[in-house]
Amino acid sequence: MDFNVIIQYFPRLLEGAMTTLELVVVSGLIGSLLALPLGLARHSHRPWLYALPYAYIFFFRGTPLLVQIFLVYYGLAQFEFVRESALWPYLREPYWCAIIAFSLNTAAYTAEILRGALGNVPRGEIEAAKTIGMRRVMLYRRIMLPRAFGMIMPAYGNEVILMLKSSALASTITLLDLTGTARTIIARTYTPIEIFLAAGFIYLMLSLIIIQFFRFLEKRSNRHLVSTR
Amino acid sequence: MFDLKGFGDQLLAGTMVTIELALASLVVGLCLAILAATARLSDNWFARNIALAYTSVIRGIPELLTVLIIYFGSATAIMAVARLFGYDEYIEISPFVAGVIALGLTFGAYASEVFRGAIIAIPKGQREAGLTIGMSPLKIFWRITLPQVWRLALPGLGNLFLVLLKDTALISVVGLHDLMRKTTEAVSYSKEPFLFYSAAAFIYLALTILTMVFIHFMEKRNSRWGDK
Repeated sequence: MDFNVIIQYFPRLLEGAMTTLELVVVSGLIGSLLALPLGLARHSHRPWLYALPYAYIFFFRGTPLLVQIFLVYYGLAQFEFVRESALWPYLREPYWCAIIAFSLNTAAYTAEILRGALGNVPRGEIEAAKTIGMRRVMLYRRIMLPRAFGMIMPAYGNEVILMLKSSALASTITLLDLTGTARTIIARTYTPIEIFLAAGFIYLMLSLIIIQFFRFLEKRSNRHLVSTR
Repeated sequence: MFDLKGFGDQLLAGTMVTIELALASLVVGLCLAILAATARLSDNWFARNIALAYTSVIRGIPELLTVLIIYFGSATAIMAVARLFGYDEYIEISPFVAGVIALGLTFGAYASEVFRGAIIAIPKGQREAGLTIGMSPLKIFWRITLPQVWRLALPGLGNLFLVLLKDTALISVVGLHDLMRKTTEAVSYSKEPFLFYSAAAFIYLALTILTMVFIHFMEKRNSRWGDK
């Protein structure tokens, strides 16, 4: 073990960690925006409404993320019309391809979590809301969604941790995230154990921070459940 | 069966490697999981904390990083040990072995939590009954605990195996000729990335569906006795 290598390259690893965090936060936000309509539609009982989200979720949860990233990064470029479209300057960047793949992927997992939570809102609360004459939209806005958000926090926290770990795959399409940075450093120094362990340590710290953050969110969104202090 | 511009055979060969890798990692992972779960529940402070450190570290770092550490790290480590014995040649471990170790470690860490939950769920009285009639702790584990643990742990293990199946794609990064790698090779010859990566996606999807059917069958078979 050569600790000098770790100390020397630690600042660069931290830079990579910033890219990793950026990937997770940006695709997490886009993913949860996509997950909301997907989850709501998946919760429905009408086949024409839930069929498409069902297929979407099944595809993204049933195939490896690596395949999804390659499909976006290499696959889309096969088509003439993609290369000529206005989006091409973005679609040829590994950064945006990673964001697209991660967002679509996490949207599928999050939608499934949301669906589970929506199904677990106590019947009585829904009936009570209907009894006092709430329309569907208001029922969802005031009762179903706030209740579901409180319930999904632990599961969603897990999903974000899983996303943090999957973000390492961005390094396979030449992105310099934490893993990618570690791999370029090792290509120069040839000290795989030291640098990979340092990177693993940073990942552990990041997941600890995320866990704490979601504990805080969970307490906040369930504060109405605590009657006495 | 399916031609895919002449690359169908290659993709099928890759699929076989993927299945072999997944099954081998499953066996290693299950052994590690049972070990780690019993260690977590043991009275020995040292065993408990080793198992705790193992599960928390593996679950906190990316699977890809585990694969890279095992593949590049273990070669370095083995060479260092070999040098102590005066062996100076370059040693390399095969991607398949590295993959089985890395995926087994990952599966083991998650599965140990599943096993731990299942072991805790078995009434204490059964253990005590076993002790009373003079069974040794190992025999109790083998005859009383483990058969029941299977039933309780199966749904959780099934989900983890689905994750493991998808994680096998990561081993292509260190050069194993699995489905993913074969697909990338086909792409570099044919220049049709969308076609081949979609084909790979659907093969993985088919494997997932097969696994789900199998798990469903096992769960049914498992609950033919017991409560409900």
